[in-house]
Amino acid sequence: MFDVQEMEVNFGPQHPSTHGVLRVLLKIDGERIVEAKPIIGYLHRGTEKLFEAMAYPQCIPHTDRMDYVASATNNLGFVEAVEKLIGATGIIPRRVKVMRVMLSELQRISSHLLWLATHAIDIGAMTPFFYCFREREMVLDLFEDYCGARLTLNCMRIGGMPDDLPAGWLEKLAEFVGIFEAAVDEYEDLLTNNRIWKRRTVGVGVLSPEEAIEWGITGPPLRGSGVDWDLRKVLPYECYPELEFEVPLGRNGDTYDRYLVRMEEMRQSRRILEQCLELIKTTTPGEIKAKISRVIRPPEGEVYHSIESPKGELGYYIVSDGKSQSAYRCHVRPPSFVNLQALPALARGHLVSDLVALIGTIDIVLGEVDR
Amino acid sequence: MIPEPLMRYLVWPTVKFLVAFVIVQVVVAAMTYIERRVLAFMQARLGPNRVGPWGLFQAIADPVKLMLKEDIVPANAEKVGYFLGPMLPLIPAFVVFCLIPFGPPPTFVVTHVNVGLLLILALTSTGVYGIILGGWASNNKFSLMGGLRSAAQMVSYEVPFGLSIVGVLMLTGSFDLVRIVRYQESHAWNVLPQLVGCFIFLVAMTAENNRAPFDLPEAESELVAGFHTEYSGMKFAFYFLAEYAAMLVNSCLMVSLFFGGWSLGGVIMGRQVGLTTVNLQHLGLLGGVIGATIFLVKVMLFMVAYIWFRGTFPRFRFDQFMDLGLKWMIPLSLVNIVVTGILILAGAGTRYPAMGEVVLTLFGIVVIAAVILFLMKGPKPKARPAGVAHARRVSEV
Repeated sequence: MFDVQEMEVNFGPQHPSTHGVLRVLLKIDGERIVEAKPIIGYLHRGTEKLFEAMAYPQCIPHTDRMDYVASATNNLGFVEAVEKLIGATGIIPRRVKVMRVMLSELQRISSHLLWLATHAIDIGAMTPFFYCFREREMVLDLFEDYCGARLTLNCMRIGGMPDDLPAGWLEKLAEFVGIFEAAVDEYEDLLTNNRIWKRRTVGVGVLSPEEAIEWGITGPPLRGSGVDWDLRKVLPYECYPELEFEVPLGRNGDTYDRYLVRMEEMRQSRRILEQCLELIKTTTPGEIKAKISRVIRPPEGEVYHSIESPKGELGYYIVSDGKSQSAYRCHVRPPSFVNLQALPALARGHLVSDLVALIGTIDIVLGEVDR
Repeated sequence: MIPEPLMRYLVWPTVKFLVAFVIVQVVVAAMTYIERRVLAFMQARLGPNRVGPWGLFQAIADPVKLMLKEDIVPANAEKVGYFLGPMLPLIPAFVVFCLIPFGPPPTFVVTHVNVGLLLILALTSTGVYGIILGGWASNNKFSLMGGLRSAAQMVSYEVPFGLSIVGVLMLTGSFDLVRIVRYQESHAWNVLPQLVGCFIFLVAMTAENNRAPFDLPEAESELVAGFHTEYSGMKFAFYFLAEYAAMLVNSCLMVSLFFGGWSLGGVIMGRQVGLTTVNLQHLGLLGGVIGATIFLVKVMLFMVAYIWFRGTFPRFRFDQFMDLGLKWMIPLSLVNIVVTGILILAGAGTRYPAMGEVVLTLFGIVVIAAVILFLMKGPKPKARPAGVAHARRVSEV
């Protein structure tokens, strides 16, 4: 009698909860999602192509702008890949290694805080947003004190670091490490056992371990499904082998487990920072550069190096022709892009309200998806 | 001179209405400021603090800005519906204020209707039409979804909203808000014997007003701004005003029905103790002002509760929200009615007529405690599988 029609809705690219310029073409039946098709490319800047025209050190600021909420880890991945290419990995001073780990763990915390803030506000909890930004502000202040920038840090160099730690920086870090555990407790107080929060996240967007591996999902979404895969453990880089930390794993692979995993990761990052504060005392101040040639002209060859960025496996594939100072080809394997693939499968059959929770739980940054 | 009947039936009611109208406007304007300050206080930030002392003039600056703003009508909107949408919820919201006794009669009761409560319920439930109409007429898919959500929400929560009041009606035996308030002076505040009713009313009134955690029709992160996505300027302000006026109405109802209205005291052993209606009436106009102030303070506490909810809870999902209304609220309110009825009848014939109410209070405490325990039940302790040395499960099955 009545003509039932599916409605097509453009969810984005300008929408409060698509975290940038993601566009999801939705087919909905009432409130139920029949099909969700992510359409990307609104933030494409041709970063990979740009790398081919630039000397290696010049590329570092551009890596900042891919995952712009976690630029330190982007720097780290690129810098390490080039070091591997020129064979300098073994001569990196110890102090540099500790400093890199400190900055990337701080970055992990700040990235996860931003994720929690937006994820919570997407699900309608407004207050955690401000609590997260309160602590994120402290992290950004630490970055600012170190390298002058708060977001696009450009804080690593091939073969070393741009500067030694400024006076008083470690004390400030210790202060942050001191308060952060209680801060995470505070966020958890608001959300973890909250009945509404649990109903909105438990069982929403379930990703089985097999599916997660098939999709190539990495990072917290993979660990949320219970797969024990953290590059800091399985392919350790910098001084991670010396550090004690646990890899949190989920069991059900739903949005709630991914939430728990990220919350625990923040606590573990704090633990790593605590140990780094001790480790840095055993290093020589001022030893922040390896002796490498100023002009970087790697031998002919190719390298793939990946690190555990806050969002998953961030890999750089660099091909050098052995003649020029810039890469012949540089490909980035961004975790956001690969993880986003799972969205249509996760969203099918859920409600429109769940879609925002799912976009939040995948934790994408469109700068990285589109590059 | 104006003849006496004209004074009595036209001039005085008009004056009273205008005064009430202005007070409501002022309270709504103040609420926008209070909401932002209180929310800011909860969220470790400052809130408006630039315009005037402590940012107080923000409450004036915002309406001025909205009035001066260009009024945009989307090209393909249904013009009449788009225009009517914001008006419709505003009318009942203001008319209802004439029916609410703000202070002891006769001065502070604009119109004394003996079925006032019924009239209020009938009027407030028409507010949803404007939202549906506006959502549909905007010719925007997000607006339409917001409007439809609102329709479903209001219709389902109208039922527990109405049912939760029935217990009070059974106790007081009247639809007249003045009598309900005076009944509470001679007995106890209805919140005690009607704890369950009060709880359901609190949830249902939040849902009726589309306020967090039930703000699904305007869920910012899902539907952009829901039914008022396409509205700007004064039309948006009308929706806003209607929402706040409706919040105010519901808080007034809450106070009148469950928290003793304007009185702060009671009749103990036949003596008037504290600020009861009779005592306030002795003081004349001053007593009226005192009563209205007490009323306003109580109402403001509930308005702050709205803000508190908003600062605390995540948003419900649509289907879960309907579950809550239809599967929990309605049966619970029906049980409340049955239990109330049984206990009133049981208490009426005995030597202790208040016994029924005492038992009802205990019943309410038990039910609410059970609900709270149910809600606060935490997860099982986190498991740690052996074998994987560094990995740790953070969630239970």
